[in-house]
Amino acid sequence: MMNLIQSITSKVPSLPLFATSESRQASGAAEAGTSTGISGTSGTPGKEKAGKQLRMETRDLTVRYGSTVGVKNVSLPIYDNQVLALIGPSGCGKTTYLRALNRMHDLTRGASVTGSVLLDGKNIYDSEVNPVIIRRRIGMVFQKPTPFPTMSIYDNVVAGLKLVGIRKRSVLDVVCERALKQAALFDEVKDRLKSPGSSLSGGQQQRLSIARALAVGPEVLLMDEPTSSLDPQSTSRIEDLIHELKNQVTIVIVTHNMQQAARVSDNTAFFYVGDLIEYGPTSTLFTKPKETRTEEYITGRFG
Amino acid sequence: MRIAFQEHLKTLNRELHTMAEMVNRAIIRSVTALKERDVEEAKKIKKDDIHINNKRFEIEEQCIHLIATQQPVATQLREIIAVLNIITDLERMGDYAEGIAKIVIKLNGAESVKPLIDIPRMAEIATDMVTQSLDAFADRDVARAREITAMDDDVDDLYHQVIRELISIMIEDPRTITRCTYLMWVAHNLERIADRVTNICERIIFLVTGELVENIGKDQD
Repeated sequence: MMNLIQSITSKVPSLPLFATSESRQASGAAEAGTSTGISGTSGTPGKEKAGKQLRMETRDLTVRYGSTVGVKNVSLPIYDNQVLALIGPSGCGKTTYLRALNRMHDLTRGASVTGSVLLDGKNIYDSEVNPVIIRRRIGMVFQKPTPFPTMSIYDNVVAGLKLVGIRKRSVLDVVCERALKQAALFDEVKDRLKSPGSSLSGGQQQRLSIARALAVGPEVLLMDEPTSSLDPQSTSRIEDLIHELKNQVTIVIVTHNMQQAARVSDNTAFFYVGDLIEYGPTSTLFTKPKETRTEEYITGRFG
Repeated sequence: MRIAFQEHLKTLNRELHTMAEMVNRAIIRSVTALKERDVEEAKKIKKDDIHINNKRFEIEEQCIHLIATQQPVATQLREIIAVLNIITDLERMGDYAEGIAKIVIKLNGAESVKPLIDIPRMAEIATDMVTQSLDAFADRDVARAREITAMDDDVDDLYHQVIRELISIMIEDPRTITRCTYLMWVAHNLERIADRVTNICERIIFLVTGELVENIGKDQD
């Protein structure tokens, strides 16, 4: 049985959706194989990687909407298997920055992006890069749960795979179970995979959205206020999930909730009116912020 | 729930145990150096105190980090506050051990005025109290905490016995006054260490019940 699963999962990364470049194909097989969580392969790749490794990086990233500048010259490192939290008052540019990380602004009329966003050292805004493939490598979860309402739980999870022509039932089954387990939802829904996704509670729907994002095997997961529409208990589950997922993927999370940023992240970036004010390890930023504005914001004096 | 925070708390408790072990080792080493009149070893113990101090700051940093990032409440908040208090007590115990080492250096190999039996016995009970109190803290064991506090009375009894004995030696032969005074300091340091353990026991009560109490299980006199 294990051999079967391994042969299936080892096939998955060789499918076109996982690979953009040769280097990715080479490392992709190894990574997708280990990050499945179902295979018998040993080890947790994330934890064993020594030190901090850059997964993404932005250099002088500027995002404009028409004549308005949403994000100004932001350079930030995004480390592998760590959680980066973006905090700041409304309108500070944190969501704008997040959306630039997987080229979501391509879809916004009048938006323009300058500077670079590097994924494994390669600028994702280069003309030869296919944004669709970028969005598979860099997945996104939104503020409100976004299950496809007419689809079953199962179909929701595998939607991304079907989209690229993977229809083999045995592959889809394995990926679906793996993704639901990664999203800590499997045990709650395993007996009703055929029920509509919209039949789940809000917290479950959000975990379903996360499972769907994970199904295509992303390396980076962007989360835009993933718990702002959830109750405290569901919020806590998602936070635990973030803690577990970071062994497998790199996470960037935007949150209005400063305490949440403090709880879940390794590094924090504080934005204010489009500027990056301060970036550093979360524990330092929340105990010894360097900038007065950071101190004022995290102590609740403005924002 | 709150897996990351739970993991942090576990690490914190492990660190606390490590620090307690460091302190116990310093106490045992200093009393052994006293017995063996080993000035070189005493110098090393004095130097090694820095490691205990550093460990204390390390743990304190972790506590600050947890308070700032994890918003602990109720038992978890009390646990972190208790740890902050306990490391202060442990650090001080380390200083007492260092104090004993300094006395060994001052005695500079001089012959002892009496066979050392009660003082090592005090050290033995005191270090046992340290270990037990940390176990009781980990187990949230209030009953055990009260029992450990009672052990402090044994240390106090030994302390008074040592003092009485040293006084009679001094009366008999005033040339021993300097050496006897030094030994009194040693006994005093050990008595203080055991006393500090009762503070840890008070923190166990605080952790479990939320009550701040003083002198648990002791006759008020």
